[in-house]
Amino acid sequence: MGFYNSKKKLEEKVLSKDKMILNLQKIEKLINSELSSKIKNSLIENTELLIEVDESDLIDVVQFLKSNESCRFKQLIDIAGVDYPENEKRFELVYLFLSHEHNLRIKVLIKFQISQPINSLTKIFPSANWMEREVFDMYGIKFKNHPDLRRILTDYGFKGHPLRKDFPLTGFNEVRYSEKEKKVIYEPVKLEQNYRNFDFESPWEGTNYIKEIKNLEKDGKKN
Amino acid sequence: MVKKTKSLSLNFGPQHPAAHGVLRLILQLDGEIVEKADPHIGLLHRGTEKLIEQKTYTQALPYFDRLDYVAPMNQEHAFALAAEKLLNVEVPIRAKYIRVIFCEIGRILSHILNVTTQALDVGALTPSLWGFEERETLMTFYERASGSRLHANYFRTGGVHKDIPMKLVEDIEKFCKSFPKIIDDLEGLLTDNRIFKQRNVEIGIVSKQEALDHSFSGVMLRGSGVPWDLRRSQPYEIYKDLDFKIPVGKNGDCYDRYLCRIEEMRESVKIILQCIERLPKGPVISIDNKISPPNRDDIKQSMEALIHHFKLFTEGYRVPKGDVYTAVEAPKGEFGVYLISDGSNKPYRCKIRAPGFSHLQAMDYLIRGHMLADVPAVLGSLDIVFGEVDR
Repeated sequence: MGFYNSKKKLEEKVLSKDKMILNLQKIEKLINSELSSKIKNSLIENTELLIEVDESDLIDVVQFLKSNESCRFKQLIDIAGVDYPENEKRFELVYLFLSHEHNLRIKVLIKFQISQPINSLTKIFPSANWMEREVFDMYGIKFKNHPDLRRILTDYGFKGHPLRKDFPLTGFNEVRYSEKEKKVIYEPVKLEQNYRNFDFESPWEGTNYIKEIKNLEKDGKKN
Repeated sequence: MVKKTKSLSLNFGPQHPAAHGVLRLILQLDGEIVEKADPHIGLLHRGTEKLIEQKTYTQALPYFDRLDYVAPMNQEHAFALAAEKLLNVEVPIRAKYIRVIFCEIGRILSHILNVTTQALDVGALTPSLWGFEERETLMTFYERASGSRLHANYFRTGGVHKDIPMKLVEDIEKFCKSFPKIIDDLEGLLTDNRIFKQRNVEIGIVSKQEALDHSFSGVMLRGSGVPWDLRRSQPYEIYKDLDFKIPVGKNGDCYDRYLCRIEEMRESVKIILQCIERLPKGPVISIDNKISPPNRDDIKQSMEALIHHFKLFTEGYRVPKGDVYTAVEAPKGEFGVYLISDGSNKPYRCKIRAPGFSHLQAMDYLIRGHMLADVPAVLGSLDIVFGEVDR
């Protein structure tokens, strides 16, 4: 065992915020020029780069990000599902990647409908296995060519997909030990008190027309 | 004539002292050799992410203590940083120092637990008795700062909840002076111990490439020789100004990971001492009353302060629309929070990236071809805490 002592070498990689943005812009440009037809949208916000792609192009884009000389996003950090019930394309998946070599992160976003199966990344990143299982468990999103798509975090025999916005916080079943039957039994949820969801949208925000005037003023200043 | 044997399925856990919590492993054994391991997780799943969606940002923070419950404040830190990034709040410099002190205390807490229980798994009882004594001391520091030994709920968006008393700083310093001796004692028991080495050297080897492919982070990555530490490479808070070394392993086996953890504890002690030496005076939480509650005296005097207080503890603060991913170097690896805000007072989505999740996923790959007795050794060196794996 040794120490990675040469502080200099590591510090060369450490980037200031401006330089970070500059590098992200470079990557953004590169990706846009190399994969022009596949990138639907790209933006840099909060010093993070997000690219939106079509779900059918996902594999190609990820493959490119992993292998390209100036990208080298070799680690899949996480896959986050998001549910927007009011959207036509209800689900979003955000893939977070990290490049150790260039000290950069990137987010890849896909939007799709409920029935759409997504290509699995397990061939490219073995660690996608459990992450995709988790997304499947929580949102019911199906993955094509996944070696072992089972539920992972919820109970054996669980029904429903808890992180969908239309799944109630309290769930449907509760579990207790029954002295009579001498085993753990499942029963429908019975709450002694209703879940208290307070409405915080307060009337104290000022009337709307004042806000509008203020916004107009702000916009005017910007222009 | 070779007699063909059928492989045996063995159920390990979920209630097993060496499973480090509620892990259920289905092992396929050929004699004593493990052919396949299928971890079943989720027995401690509490739906943290779902719960956070229903809570205001202030109320969401304590859930992070309950993830990796051996180093609670490191988790809180990731969430606080995420909310700060969206809100674009400036954290006072004293708060940054206090945060770093307590994060490093968390790192020591976690590493003591891991090193000693790993030793326990392979048959050494004494280290855990010695180590837990020190953990107790460290947890009293937590208690004196936050009022609670484990579930601290101490960090806030924009700083920390309360300032720490001078006497506590002195006591932490005293501890830092005496603790390296305890590490030496622990090392004396383990590092050159023949049995400990036989059980750990060249067990559960991870190559550099495999460590990257399996999304390893923290000690699991550094043990395999990848010099990567978020405190150094993507520094947050004041880590940029601090002087510390990053221990990196060579062989990527259980023993190297143990050595890395021991050295990291020494480095943490150094970091804490530096922070105490430089600890500046000033506020410990952002003075913007739209985010942090006003001081108690002001509430009695000023109407505006009273309104701020009321609004903060009913509605909470609103966070601008957007999404951020922030990661911290938690003791177990990269702990990240991917936060999506819709502009209201509650997070729209909060994805928690737990390092243990990826590490445990690689269990099958790590244990294949090893003996059954190596399962606890490998599991011990993965540093699994079920609070964060199951969320």
